[in-house]
Amino acid sequence: MGSLLETMRETPVGEFASEAAVAAAAAIEVPAEIPATEAPNPALGACPLPMDDYPTVVMAHGGGGRMSKLLTEQLFFPALGNPLLAAFHDGSVLEIGGARLAVSTDSFVISPAFFPGGDIGSLAVHGTVNDLAMCGARPLALSAGFILEEGFPMADLWRAATSMRAAADAAGVQIVTGDTKVVDRGKGDGIYINTTGIGIVPAGVEIAPTRARPGDVVLLSGSIATHGIAILSVREGLEFDTELRSDSAALNGMVSTLVDRLGRSVHVLRDPTRGGVASALNEIASSAGVGISLDEARIPVLEEVRGACEILGLDPLYVANEGKLIAIVSREVADEALAILRAHPLGTEAAIVGEVVEDHPGRVFLRSRIGGRRVVEMLSGEQLPRIC
Amino acid sequence: MCLGVPGKVTRIDENPLGMTMGRVNFAGISKDVCLAYVPGVQVGDYVVVHVGFAISRVDEAEARRTFDYLATMNELGELDIPQPGDPHAEAVR
Amino acid sequence: MKFVDEYRDEAASHQMLDAIRRTVTRPWTLMEICGGQTHTLVKFGIDQLLPPEITLVHGPGCPVCVTPLELIDRAVAIARRPDVIFTSFGDMLRVPGSDTDLLSVKANGGDVRIVYSPLDAVRLAEQNPDREVVFFAVGFETTAPANAMAVYQAHAKGVRNFSILSSHVLVPPAMEAILSAPGNQVQGFLAAGHVCAVMGYWEYEPLARKYRIPIVVTGFEPLDLLHGILMTVEMLEEGRHGVENQYARAVQRPGNLPAQEILKQVFQVTDRQWRGIGGIPQSGLGLRGEFALHDAEARFGVATLTAAEDARCLSGQIMRGLCKPEECPLFGCECTPEHPVGAPMVSSEGACAAYYHYRRA
Repeated sequence: MGSLLETMRETPVGEFASEAAVAAAAAIEVPAEIPATEAPNPALGACPLPMDDYPTVVMAHGGGGRMSKLLTEQLFFPALGNPLLAAFHDGSVLEIGGARLAVSTDSFVISPAFFPGGDIGSLAVHGTVNDLAMCGARPLALSAGFILEEGFPMADLWRAATSMRAAADAAGVQIVTGDTKVVDRGKGDGIYINTTGIGIVPAGVEIAPTRARPGDVVLLSGSIATHGIAILSVREGLEFDTELRSDSAALNGMVSTLVDRLGRSVHVLRDPTRGGVASALNEIASSAGVGISLDEARIPVLEEVRGACEILGLDPLYVANEGKLIAIVSREVADEALAILRAHPLGTEAAIVGEVVEDHPGRVFLRSRIGGRRVVEMLSGEQLPRIC
Repeated sequence: MCLGVPGKVTRIDENPLGMTMGRVNFAGISKDVCLAYVPGVQVGDYVVVHVGFAISRVDEAEARRTFDYLATMNELGELDIPQPGDPHAEAVR
Repeated sequence: MKFVDEYRDEAASHQMLDAIRRTVTRPWTLMEICGGQTHTLVKFGIDQLLPPEITLVHGPGCPVCVTPLELIDRAVAIARRPDVIFTSFGDMLRVPGSDTDLLSVKANGGDVRIVYSPLDAVRLAEQNPDREVVFFAVGFETTAPANAMAVYQAHAKGVRNFSILSSHVLVPPAMEAILSAPGNQVQGFLAAGHVCAVMGYWEYEPLARKYRIPIVVTGFEPLDLLHGILMTVEMLEEGRHGVENQYARAVQRPGNLPAQEILKQVFQVTDRQWRGIGGIPQSGLGLRGEFALHDAEARFGVATLTAAEDARCLSGQIMRGLCKPEECPLFGCECTPEHPVGAPMVSSEGACAAYYHYRRA
């Protein structure tokens, strides 16, 4: 911790780091010791996850839906557990010397590594920058860990790395430390990247899923499912011709403006990545013990994305996004929030899509295009294309 | 059963094995589709596509029938259902 | 999207709903036999919008749900082989067999791949001449012509490493089985629009006459379903029986003749087991002798694998409309979408999965 800040203080304010970020970092006093978490409970014993159901990890555990949540809650929490982890947010906020430091980590295993609208490198930067932004933090710096498969082309590695640099510049962050490992051919999918990021949460900002209140308004910063569909368009077995590109983007700029102008009225921010809008909203509803009501007609979806979802039998609500956010704000500022999002280049299609209600706590409901009602369940595992 | 989606034929490729293929556009995305089961289909026609096969042409005249029927219901004044834009619409729903 | 959006119009849907309300004077029980129609009904919340006099039963219209247990086991056995690339539509991957499902086989190293079209599987076979490519050919009459063409093309091109595991089922025999069962409560049918696009609807006319019921060929969008329900209710209220066609924009009485022609060349009608219902004579399709090379069951020697259903699963009675999913003692506790006991809880179109979502609504 200390050495990181020293590094940051030493880094000249140049074209890559924002003055404000470095000044903010320099102003933090680091305590001699960071308080330790509770000692592990020796009584924990064997793994509490029902092993007879899943003796091995399956793909659904990484799908972002119910099974991912189960794995986290029933295996990782008991093993690693502490109250901060249990808050179950994309990032964690640590109180240090009167400042609030946000930490987040994310791993990127996407295949293919290079896809329309982005690549694993820029995705890795955007993903962690966004996770920090969703805590209300201003992202400062990232680390980058690479796991490379023997035989991965050097030219592709260069491409990914330079893409990371460009993404970091655009987001106003630096990649300040990293690590590289190489695994035997056949033991990795070309390239895996982990990024971990830190940021500072400004005073007057309280963003957490538990802050959602009945009466709040739910906004989306733009059209959904574009990333997931762009990826599918190049995936073997399902490919189709399209101009669609991933929406992968850093959202911290948009979040800054929102949070600067609306402060505590911004209750929840979430970027709906794996599992889509449906999973993210279910998690929020569950964390906060509130109900969420959506209006299908108001949810923006690009025409081509709709077309692709129709032929593959997918529901856009469960498809990943990499450049969109959900904002839950108090009712009084809803119109202003919408205006702020729409004024930003990444939020031109922003819309108010629903509200937080007292009814059906923990559940998400949707008013369909024709006025019927249906529950929006948490996905069990991955959403699979269907013919029926 | 099952997922059959209407799309517009944008290209037709005759095939030496007699399995005519083509390109069908669904709201801006395109897919290769087998057109063997809709002989005589023209570029610009709409077809219903299921698992990569066009299984039927869409008859535009018939497509309008449902709406003609609704319009008739309206004319007969049997229904007093507000239309979108009607100031009473919100009150009724 | 043209020919889609207009059929999801809210005002038009409410016009139909009001027409239904005005027409219905007493309770009627209707059945739809189509997973795609079940999906629309749930997705748009139509069941709840209909007047209470109308009971909609979700029949055995989900080919996933009616694929016999032993066929899943045979699929699993084949997929486990290291020389096999096992291809399937997404729908089948989570269906439980006797001890496991295809997705788990994949998790444990099997080469299981999702394809969009059976032709993709043939292409895979051409690209991988040293592997066996097997396609899980599941479906009603809608999908059968696509599967038939895949076999026909593979045969014509000499692609010897391509075979299909056939699980084709036919709708009219299922309807007859439901109508002839003692205690049948179904008074009218919505016939599956895309099945009829292929087969036409002349096959339903003898059924409608014999059992004196209305059968309305219906599409898949909300407005289609509401219109089809309205037409069925009108016939019931007026005491009329017979076959009518709501989905005229895609269906004609004779059906798709070129498709039927390929079907006749590649397949023959066979007796078939329906999971949860049992054997229905002459209700399935099997490959003709000339195409035996492409029959995976014979090729991989799995035809003798049998399986016993979990006796507690009531899927048969549920699919015949004799009992509701929530009346099953396992429903929602031992049997949920995460750990299903039977197929109707796995497929999102299955009656039990559909009810699982409603019940919690």
